[in-house]
Amino acid sequence: MVTTLEIRNLHASVDAEDDLILNGVNLTIRQGEVHALMGPNGSGKSTLANVLMGNPAYVVREGQILLNGEDLLEMEADERSRAGLFLAFQYPVAIPGVTLGNFLRHAINARLKEEDPESKGIPIPQFARMMRQKMSALEIDQSFAGRYLNEGFSGGEKKRAEILQMAVLEPRIAVLDETDSGLDIDALRIVADGVNSLTGPDMGALVITHYQRILNHIKPDFVHVLYGGRIVESGGPALALELEEKGYEWVREKHSMLQAAEA
Amino acid sequence: MAVVRRRSTLPQAPVYAKADVVALSDEHDEPGWMRERRVKAWELYENTPMPYMEEEWRRTDYRHIRWDQASTMVAANGAGAEQVPAKHLAPLTGDEQGGLLVLVDGKAVRREFADELRDQGIVFADLRTALREHEELVRKHFMTAAVKASEGKFAALHAALWDHGAFIFVPRHCQATLPLHVVCYNSRSGAAMGHVLVVLEENAAATVQVEYASSPGDEHAAYIGATELIVGDAGNLRFVSLQDWNRETFEFSHQRGLVGRDAQLDWVNGVMGSRLTKAFIEVDAVGTGANARVSGFFFADHGQFFDLDTQQNHNAPLTNTDLLFKGAARDSARTLWQGMIKSLPKMQKIDGYQVCRNLMLSDEARMDSIPGLEIEADDVACSHAATFGTLEEEPIYYLMSRGITRPQAQLMIIEGFFDELLQRIPFDQVRQRLMDEIEAKIIG
Repeated sequence: MVTTLEIRNLHASVDAEDDLILNGVNLTIRQGEVHALMGPNGSGKSTLANVLMGNPAYVVREGQILLNGEDLLEMEADERSRAGLFLAFQYPVAIPGVTLGNFLRHAINARLKEEDPESKGIPIPQFARMMRQKMSALEIDQSFAGRYLNEGFSGGEKKRAEILQMAVLEPRIAVLDETDSGLDIDALRIVADGVNSLTGPDMGALVITHYQRILNHIKPDFVHVLYGGRIVESGGPALALELEEKGYEWVREKHSMLQAAEA
Repeated sequence: MAVVRRRSTLPQAPVYAKADVVALSDEHDEPGWMRERRVKAWELYENTPMPYMEEEWRRTDYRHIRWDQASTMVAANGAGAEQVPAKHLAPLTGDEQGGLLVLVDGKAVRREFADELRDQGIVFADLRTALREHEELVRKHFMTAAVKASEGKFAALHAALWDHGAFIFVPRHCQATLPLHVVCYNSRSGAAMGHVLVVLEENAAATVQVEYASSPGDEHAAYIGATELIVGDAGNLRFVSLQDWNRETFEFSHQRGLVGRDAQLDWVNGVMGSRLTKAFIEVDAVGTGANARVSGFFFADHGQFFDLDTQQNHNAPLTNTDLLFKGAARDSARTLWQGMIKSLPKMQKIDGYQVCRNLMLSDEARMDSIPGLEIEADDVACSHAATFGTLEEEPIYYLMSRGITRPQAQLMIIEGFFDELLQRIPFDQVRQRLMDEIEAKIIG
């Protein structure tokens, strides 16, 4: 079965009384598809990523998020993850005292336990072997598995560690929240290669980015523009190039007028 | 109808008399000098008021202790090492240990000691045996330099009535290559006055772990103890102390390390048990170039109250002390850390650091940290800090976003908080066991 993530008329804010940040987002992502979501700062891109994952800092005011017809809004972040959703964070948080390796082993075991409550978890040699493979594919030094999660990681290391987590957890739908920002050319290539090796028939992706640059490496099937908390333009890869060329000004001009007219 | 509150007739202080002191000394047929020290300490004790509103005591009210219950000296009644939970007896590394000494209710019930250590002249014995077999060594070091009877009411009481303990002596240039392990276990309530005396001569090295625990009881118990760590010039001592008294025990202890010239003391102190603990943990850098690292972890739950009072005394130039305490409190527990870095006048080029990190796991818990500096020199690097945190939603969400359940995520974050400190314990098995005990406190 092809996994499908459906976002329907999604409205969200930080507090129940606050102004809406997401203002009616509609988007469907299928396993195997790569969608790019672009938009100026403040358009709601990161909010969308976090609302999808179930960040308790946001309130969903209206709308639905369905994964294969199942209501994600009824699920906590951990259940969404085990259902096959993944978010590569824009700002991964450092967790002192918890090593990357130990953390990922717990994450895998949480999945195994859900399938079989009696599961004793992944055998450590098997886990170590898998980590070695995936780390070398992402050109991550093996010592990282023993380091505290994101603590003292450089920007590029954090982003690579996010992609490593994605590679280990093998989600069906992955959301990458500005994974490209701040990366140098080499790191960008490594991250993009990592994403490319995972997308394909088994995984769909929503690549959130401010810049077109990463789309030279990750070829999207669809490009969307988020503005004022809703998707205002959708198209093929050409749309990204157009945005690169013209900037976001024209989007702003066109849609602030439209949105003003609606109001 | 008016309720008339009558003044309690319960004792307000430990219930002892000079005759108890003399009787104890007689019972063990002690040398005259020890009896004299005891009697002198008793006089000091009698002339010292029960501490209450002094600066180092005013935040810690221990007056709910039932001295009628907690004054009866714990007497051995035949209980042996089989009373002690197996986890305390397990070897520290692999299946070898340099020595294991088990004291149950004050009586030495088991002693194992590797020949290769004994043959070097290392002494590893209960204090009573040491007093007979190594009298001059004990006489020289017992409460003469590190912990003195004059330090306070409870130090004086301990000096007058100490009744059991452990003695470790490593002669100059000797290395105790395998760890030495002491377990003090009480199977009965009452008063226990244990003493740990570790002496390393010049250029000697040892690794020691001392554990304190007791079986659950209904009556109040008191542990009035002292720990003396004397590290000679260029010596190296790694010392781990783990306390897990039952929840009716009140601990009043004085612990001090003396670190000689170019010597190194690496001291980890874990406090998990007791109903109330008031511990003075002090390190004196007495020789030029002395180095001390003092680490502490504590986790208070239910109605536990821990008051850890640390002091780093720079009594020589070019000395370095580094203190890190990390603790958590949940339920309605209370913790207090009071730290002080002191220097004698003109002790230049000293480096003292202290920090206490607190993790508050409930709104009802209360944690206080009071760092302090008293430095009388100008070419120094001394600093202190205290931090307070709660379990934050952001890291929990991050772990959950990878499929880890909320309770598991919370557990991982709390264990992660302690990891840095537990890594300072040089024994894998002990670290793992402590992690399990921390986990039990989080879940329990």
